[in-house]
Amino acid sequence: MSTVIETKGLVKRYGRIAAVDGVDLTVEKGEVFGLLGPNGSGKTTTILLLLGLTEPTAGTVRVLGLDPLRNPLAVKRRVGYMPDQIGFYDNLTGRENLLYTARLLGLSGAEASKRIDEALERVRLVEAGERRVSTYSRGMRQRLGLAEVLIKQAEIAILDEPTSGLDPQSTQELLDLILALSREGMTIVLSSHLLAMVQSVCDRVALFSRGRIGLSGRVEDLTSDVLGGTHVVEVEAQDVDLAQALADAPHITGVTQQRPGLWRVDADEDARPEIARRVVMAGGRLTAMSIRHTTLDEVYVRFFEEDRHHAAAA
Amino acid sequence: MRQQREGSPFTGLATVALKEAADHMTSARIHLVMLLVLLTAVGAVYAAIGQITETVSQDQFLFLRLFTTAREPLPSFVAFLGFLLPLVAIALGFDSINGEYNRRTMSRILSQPIYRDALLTGKFLGGLLVIAICLLVLWLLVTGLGILLVGLPPSGEEVLRGLAFLLASFVYAGVWLAVALVFSTLFRSPATSALATLTVWLLFTIFWPMLAPLIAGALVPVDPLNPMTAVDLVEVERAISRISPNTLFGEMTLALLNPETRSLGIVFSNQLSRALIGAPLPVSQSLMLIWPQLAAMIAALLVLFTAAYVSFQRQEIRA
Repeated sequence: MSTVIETKGLVKRYGRIAAVDGVDLTVEKGEVFGLLGPNGSGKTTTILLLLGLTEPTAGTVRVLGLDPLRNPLAVKRRVGYMPDQIGFYDNLTGRENLLYTARLLGLSGAEASKRIDEALERVRLVEAGERRVSTYSRGMRQRLGLAEVLIKQAEIAILDEPTSGLDPQSTQELLDLILALSREGMTIVLSSHLLAMVQSVCDRVALFSRGRIGLSGRVEDLTSDVLGGTHVVEVEAQDVDLAQALADAPHITGVTQQRPGLWRVDADEDARPEIARRVVMAGGRLTAMSIRHTTLDEVYVRFFEEDRHHAAAA
Repeated sequence: MRQQREGSPFTGLATVALKEAADHMTSARIHLVMLLVLLTAVGAVYAAIGQITETVSQDQFLFLRLFTTAREPLPSFVAFLGFLLPLVAIALGFDSINGEYNRRTMSRILSQPIYRDALLTGKFLGGLLVIAICLLVLWLLVTGLGILLVGLPPSGEEVLRGLAFLLASFVYAGVWLAVALVFSTLFRSPATSALATLTVWLLFTIFWPMLAPLIAGALVPVDPLNPMTAVDLVEVERAISRISPNTLFGEMTLALLNPETRSLGIVFSNQLSRALIGAPLPVSQSLMLIWPQLAAMIAALLVLFTAAYVSFQRQEIRA
């Protein structure tokens, strides 16, 4: 594995407001990296800094070993970018839009039309490619944006909110395409405010909050670090005090009562058999039990709540 | 400089320019403006031909009269161009930069391996290309109409003067394209930039000829006992009115298309002693006469383009 994107102490100020406030980021070759966080937390600004489309106030950026400010053309030739709410020339067809990009890339006519055919095929816009972009749906525009990244044969694809505003089916289609690209060796950086959805595709994530990275790492590590568990078991039972019954049980990291007869148990593996055994042993009646993976939303809420408490205390 | 950029700023320039030109050529907005220009031009020239054939007289430069002759109620072809060329240029340029933001294509295009320079310069060149094609077509049309209807081929000198006039019109339209480009980088809304450009155009086309004498009168009051103050007043008024590109264009067409024009300023009778009044100047002398006007227009064009360039380079391109 080699590092393809590296930032150190990246700061971008607009007037007195710091949109990005000291971001250290490393992305390895071939991974899917998620920049997650609410709107206005500095994700898009970080992306623009990576592409050299805006100048940092302080700090350094290295993309594929190059400085995007000093050598912008070389960086932009090897990095594909799909902006948030991507726009195309509505009066041109999808194919003509891609052809313009191909010309800007300096491709020859034959090479351009070959790559455009392949890319349209890949994102399933072969027929729609001959229609004007003004007739496209949101999902088709996003796929056309991905086709543009394909034409570039980019080593890194940076996707800003690729799934925002898409219906569930289009979202899944787009995520599948992104995963397919990743399997072919493309490094992918994507940003989103929809944490749970992106959780499924990202190898590693960085959680942004107010211009800083609060947490970063593999999704499983984050959930176990912050919540102490990767699984959540919801237990419905009568005539038992679950907190007491599970007091010394293995793999259980937390028990909270949500309402009488309903508990939430955090665990670092599937602890259902153990929970069931202890409820019965304590003389309780177990009525229902369900398990799911901890989501990044929960991590996010928990972590930044604590963050705020600390800030308030300090 | 701390940062040294690598790679040529001209990468992608031709691509952007040709794409812009192609977009203009197919846009309904430009079709409408061009249609308007064509109809008025043909109308004006047709009327001029009628006027010329009625008042047959000895004239060495009959062909040039096609451009300058007016027949009530229509103004001359030149007057029409002076009025409509800015409109064509404004229609081409008022949304060139802010339009990219509004379509949300700006960040996508700038993430391709080109510099911002190429985008701005390419858009300007694309607009100029369309103007050049439009002017050339108009010029050929007028010349053709003249040959067909008057039955006179233009002389070599007339063709030269016509070409110089073509160049002057091109630079004049270029200035207005640059004005539109500046406003399109300054304002994010195309409606605002269009209105701002049209305001400047109205100011120079309609109000400047009224304002210039007023300002000059306030700056240089005429002393009835000193006749030189009257001369100063005229000079100042002229200088002020020359701030308007329309004045410069008017003076250039006057000198180029009326070979008898000897001066674009005031002339004293002692300067005219032993001059052959009404005798035409050779082309080279007429060109000398308009040289300052042409240079001033090119300078204005470059200054305006630089202003647009600086403002665009400093812009945040998010969105």
